[in-house]
Formats: sequence, structure tokens, C-alpha cells
Amino acid sequence: MSSIRVLVGTRKGAFILSSDVNRQRWEINGPHFAGWEIYHLKGSPLDPNRLYASQSNGWFGQVIQRSDDGGTTWQPVGNQFVYEGVPGTHQWYDGTQHPWEFTRVWVLEPSLTDPERVYAGVEDAALFRSDDGGQTWQELSGLRNARGNLWQPGAGGMCLHTILQDPNDPDRLFTAISAAGAFRSDDGGQSWRPVNRGLQSNYELPDANAEVGHCVHNIAMHPAHPETLFMQKHWDVMRSDDAGESWREVSGNLPSDFGFPIAVHAHEPETIYVVPIKSDSEHYPPEGKLRVYRSRKGGNEWEALTNGLPQENCYVNVLRSALAVDSLDPCGVYFGTTGGQVYASADSGDHWAPIVRDLPPVLSVEAQALP
Amino acid sequence: MIRIALPAHLRQLANASHEVEVEVEGIPTLGAALDALEARYPMLRGTVRDHITKERRPFIRFFVCQGDWSHEPPETPLPDEIATGAEPLRVVGAMAGG
Repeated sequence: MSSIRVLVGTRKGAFILSSDVNRQRWEINGPHFAGWEIYHLKGSPLDPNRLYASQSNGWFGQVIQRSDDGGTTWQPVGNQFVYEGVPGTHQWYDGTQHPWEFTRVWVLEPSLTDPERVYAGVEDAALFRSDDGGQTWQELSGLRNARGNLWQPGAGGMCLHTILQDPNDPDRLFTAISAAGAFRSDDGGQSWRPVNRGLQSNYELPDANAEVGHCVHNIAMHPAHPETLFMQKHWDVMRSDDAGESWREVSGNLPSDFGFPIAVHAHEPETIYVVPIKSDSEHYPPEGKLRVYRSRKGGNEWEALTNGLPQENCYVNVLRSALAVDSLDPCGVYFGTTGGQVYASADSGDHWAPIVRDLPPVLSVEAQALP
Repeated sequence: MIRIALPAHLRQLANASHEVEVEVEGIPTLGAALDALEARYPMLRGTVRDHITKERRPFIRFFVCQGDWSHEPPETPLPDEIATGAEPLRVVGAMAGG
């Protein structure tokens, strides 16, 4: 590997941060798509110079951009996301049924096996797939048959925000939806079922153990152990060792088990990262101290990583897609804040430094190690 | 030839200069002008009107000769000033914070 590229989506454009493998000196390139919300950018694992970006705003709706040269130039591709058949309804805030309405693409996940295939998770929650590099999109509508009529929007909207692919089994996919839960397909996305057993939402749901309705904020997987999943729920950090069949809490000694993102170390499948947030209404770190927490035991036992992070008067949030790792050794860890800072650690989280301090609020961060 | 003035974000998306020009066959209506715009600049599909219903997006306005045509039916013929290119059809992003 010769360089690192960090893709940052913000409320007002995209930024591409580049460094050599030392990850100490960074070039900032952007804003791309200035003035637009960039919910997510991600590169293909098969062709790192192929990038996809979800570009949207309230005036002009959704645009999908694709770059085939690592973000130097971009071309708009297909932006037509049409729900399959009669979209039907889901729960609305007032208990009535509300028709599915497309709002935006939250996440773009390029395929692990096909360079032309890319998945899109959208609001209102649904999964789409393109097999032509983003030119056209088809819904994998079986997902909404997984009790979709009972799903309801969280405060951020009813979004499908996480898509995971099992590297050992191309037919196995996972998605996570707020506020519906986690779902699994074992047939390439045609049919789905909820995988939420063990989640407990004591204050958010009338039935704390409901099959669907849990506000899952993010899930993560290490490719060497795809049967093990880690979850940051609204409250609670959870893990599953049976591909979502059952979950158990691993919040342990965290100062708060509320938070948004969760990530797994690139080379240590039991080393995981979260960013505790004080509460569901106080979206900032406990005590005003920005701390990433790392567990080297797959949860329960956590250590605060503070070196280089502000330890007083810090009241930013770290959103669900704004934490990422690179594949170098030692593993790089990156996160962006709603205050516009992007922090990097080149040593698995032991030391941190800001790459940039004053971007618009950061929505997403992805890291690419380039040959 | 009909001139269409686009908001800056859409000009950038379309790689267009300040105004674009489109040809409309038959009666030059508001809907026909927008059809021609989307045919010439397919990357604008879905950004001004819904892909399928052709409904105007909520925060888009259409201004015609100092009048707000946002609620005019698409089959409404455009006035001669627009149809002849003397005045542009203005596609506007509505005033809204963000």
C-alpha cells in the first residue's frame, strides 16, 4: 500500500483527504458537490478508484454520482428509486399508516464480488441494487415483507443506513434500519427476516423484546468472522456470534451505552470501537470529553482513548456512518464530528490528531488503502 | 427555441452555462419545455420534477414573465415572450433555509 484516501461526506459537500501510509500529513481536496448534503461516499473494494456518492438536498432531491478516477472527476448516474409494486404503508408517528415515500439514499455499498454491482439503502427504508454501476436501480422488495408494516421512523427518519455483505457467502446480506432493527437475507436479498432476538428496548417499545421496531444505529462485521456482528443500538452495545440469530449486551463499563457508530479493527476481529454519547437527547460526549472507547475483548471491557482528543468543553456528536478503519498495519481509525472535525489515529486509536477542524457537519467517513 | 434559466446547483449538475436552450416541437407549453429540458439534460431528471408523476418538486418554482407559474397545469401554453426566446423560463429554488 502506498497511500490512504479518506472519503468524507458532510452537510454541504464531500471532501477527499489523502496521505501517504504514515498518515501524518494530509491533503484536503474539496468541497465536491458544494452546497449539497453528501450522506455517504464509498469506493469499490474491487476497483478503489470507482467511487459512489449520494448527493441530495431538499430542493433538488437525490443525485447519485460515480467517479472512475478516484474522485478527480464525477458523472451523475441513475437517480430513479422506485419502490417495487404498490409500496404499501408503514407506521407513522401518530400511529396511523403512512405510505412509503422515497427521500434520500443514506448508504451506498459496492459489491465485494461484482465491480458493477452496488447496493443503496434509502429512506423510507428499502434496499435497492444496481448491476450496471449505478445507472439503474431495482428494489429488493422482499425486505419490506419482513414486517415492514410495523416499522416506524426514528427521529432521523426511517432509514436503511447499514448494509453488510458476508465475504464467505455472497448470498448472505445484513441490513439495519432505524427504527425497525436488523435483517438478514440468505438468498442474495430476495427474502429477508428480522434478526433481533436478544435486543431489548425497555423505554422505546411497549414490548421490549419485539421482533421489529428496535432502533439499531449501526452494525459492523470483521470479514474473517462474518458470523460475528457488533451493534450500536440506540441504547446498548450488542454482539451476535450466530449471524444475528441471537444478541447479547456487551456495554460493560462504557460511560454511556448510547451512541451511533461502531467499527471493528482491520486485523483484530475482537477489537471494536464505539463513541459513547450522553443520551438520546443530549447528543454529545459524557462530561464534554470526546472519547473513543476500544474493547480488545469483543465488548464488556472497554478502555477510553483520549490522547489527542479534546477532554473538556466538547459537545459534538459522531454520527452512525462517521467512524471507519483502514486496512494498513497498524490499523488506522478515523471519525468525523458534527462540529466539522475529522480525527485520525495511525496506531489503532492510541494517539489521535485532527486531519481538518472546520468542515461542515460530518455525515460519513470511509477509508481506502490504495496500492 | 426556449431559454431556460436554471439555479446554480442544477447548472453545475448539467455542466451548463447561465442559461440553457431547448427546442420544443408543437405547442410550447410549460410541460413540453420541461420535457425538452430533461431530454437534453438527462442528469436533471428527478431534480425538478418527479421521475414518474412529473409533479414539480415542492421547493422548485417556475417563473414566467414576472409571474409565478408553479401551479399552472403543464399543458398551459407559454407566452410568446418565452416561446420566442425573448425571455427565459426561470426554474428557481424556492426560498428555504438550509
